[in-house]
Amino acid sequence: MSKLISLKKAISDYVNDGDVVYAAGFTHLIPFAAGHEIIRQGKRNLILARATPDLIYDQMVAAGCAKKVIFSYMGNPGVGSLRIVRTAIEKGELEWEEYSHFGMITRLQAGASGLPFLPMNQTGATDLEKVNPKIKRIPDPYGGKDVIVVPALNPDVAIVHVQRADKNGNAHLWGIIGEQKEAAFAAKKVILTAEEIVAESVIRADPNRTMIPGIVVSAVCHVPFASHPSYSQGYFDRDNEFYLAWDKISESQESVQEYLDEWVYGVKDRNAYWKKLGQKVHKRLSIKPRYSEKISYGKY
Amino acid sequence: MKDIKYSSAELMIINAARLLRDSDVVFVGVGQPNLACNLAKRTHAPNLVMIYEAGVIGAEPERLPLSIGDPTLVSGSLSVVSMYDIFSNYLQRGNVDVGFMGGAQIDKYGNINATVIGGYDHPKVRLPGSGGSQEIAAWANRCYIMTPHQKRRFPEKVEFMTSAGFIGGRGDRDAAGLRGRGMVGVVTDIGMMEPDESGEMILTALHPGKTVDEAKANTGWDLKVAGQIRVTELVSKKELKILREELDPTGIYLKSNA
Repeated sequence: MSKLISLKKAISDYVNDGDVVYAAGFTHLIPFAAGHEIIRQGKRNLILARATPDLIYDQMVAAGCAKKVIFSYMGNPGVGSLRIVRTAIEKGELEWEEYSHFGMITRLQAGASGLPFLPMNQTGATDLEKVNPKIKRIPDPYGGKDVIVVPALNPDVAIVHVQRADKNGNAHLWGIIGEQKEAAFAAKKVILTAEEIVAESVIRADPNRTMIPGIVVSAVCHVPFASHPSYSQGYFDRDNEFYLAWDKISESQESVQEYLDEWVYGVKDRNAYWKKLGQKVHKRLSIKPRYSEKISYGKY
Repeated sequence: MKDIKYSSAELMIINAARLLRDSDVVFVGVGQPNLACNLAKRTHAPNLVMIYEAGVIGAEPERLPLSIGDPTLVSGSLSVVSMYDIFSNYLQRGNVDVGFMGGAQIDKYGNINATVIGGYDHPKVRLPGSGGSQEIAAWANRCYIMTPHQKRRFPEKVEFMTSAGFIGGRGDRDAAGLRGRGMVGVVTDIGMMEPDESGEMILTALHPGKTVDEAKANTGWDLKVAGQIRVTELVSKKELKILREELDPTGIYLKSNA
């Protein structure tokens, strides 16, 4: 059955105030379009989980959508500080819960596997353990050294952007695959946005590339360029200039409000946003193709 | 001989590059560590395998990557895996030789703070946090860090231990059952520090023209000096040319103060 709906309807139907939201993607395929739609719909008291909050959560926190962040690295990648989340934490206006990358991802892996927790080896750096009571250590039942355990993370909703999906939500993604698969399996509901909606036969022609199967997906939305200012491998480049610009924009509340007014509240959807970016930006972010070699699955 | 001029960033990057060995598998961050690794690969370590925490193995970036997840790292790499795989199969399993660390502070025992200044619950300065550094420090065979030699960056004891060096001394690291040799080299713009038998970072090398007094004055603990102190080899024209013309032609990471 087709799960193809508009992003507006998907956010309205599947994201509720107070939800734990995981917008996936480690620097790549970050679902900015969905983040902006959440802001436009005025969702509140969300618990925003992401290994790297990135600009998407900086913007959602600025717009008042969040009461808490769960993260493992809070920076503007390649630029410096993530000013809004950082300032909100320093001022005590935002709750937070912190892990190392491995701790964070292990929480998702446990959630995706249906386990209550998963172990990791000790790292000797115990300060995070001291400040985060969810990080615990337990004896190795087989007689080795104590292991560190973290609890499963099962977000209410995961949002994942992919290069292509069929209308049932079977999705191909490639390039940096971060934690998209784990987020999708861990979450109770999954919203997919896709650069392209393709026929099921396209998915079936390369089944090893299917990271997310339709059976775990709630909604599929056709949203080209949904990941800008991050990128979609093979489709368009990362907009580093915007990451640098955000460093300036996020210096003051006024300029953040102006940005949100113009680029989030002031546009109807991602299509309007992309048009508004203009041809110069489109050209700057365009890339030449570099194809993989074909493989044969064989006819049986 | 004509004097060759270089920035402190160039000096550190070149000396860090020299620490890498051919065929090392190195866990790389963007910025200066990335330049050091690419320089090593183009000079004495052509078989260096670069791993990025975004999950890219054997990257051969055609342009300067500007973030840890730059798409140029992916195209033409040997393999791309999930974050869970990179931290478990590669790092935790022991398949990484070298870890290049970053961080705001590093202390006498090579421990790093990248989390917070001024108390965790009510931070004065909230830093980015661990990212992958907690695990890299624990499980890579050798760890290096490059950082300008300034007192505020080298406190006697970090106020938050984001990643472990030798903790309170070498015995602590052994007792925690970590892999590898820990923080084995701190490259600064004055010279280099390496751990002694107890795990304490001591001054083992000076760059040409730098002095022990300068190093001591810019270190937050009573810096010991190795019995035989080495002077690092002069920065070569070839190394500078590769950095300036091939790797970072617009000087994004090279232009920090001389």
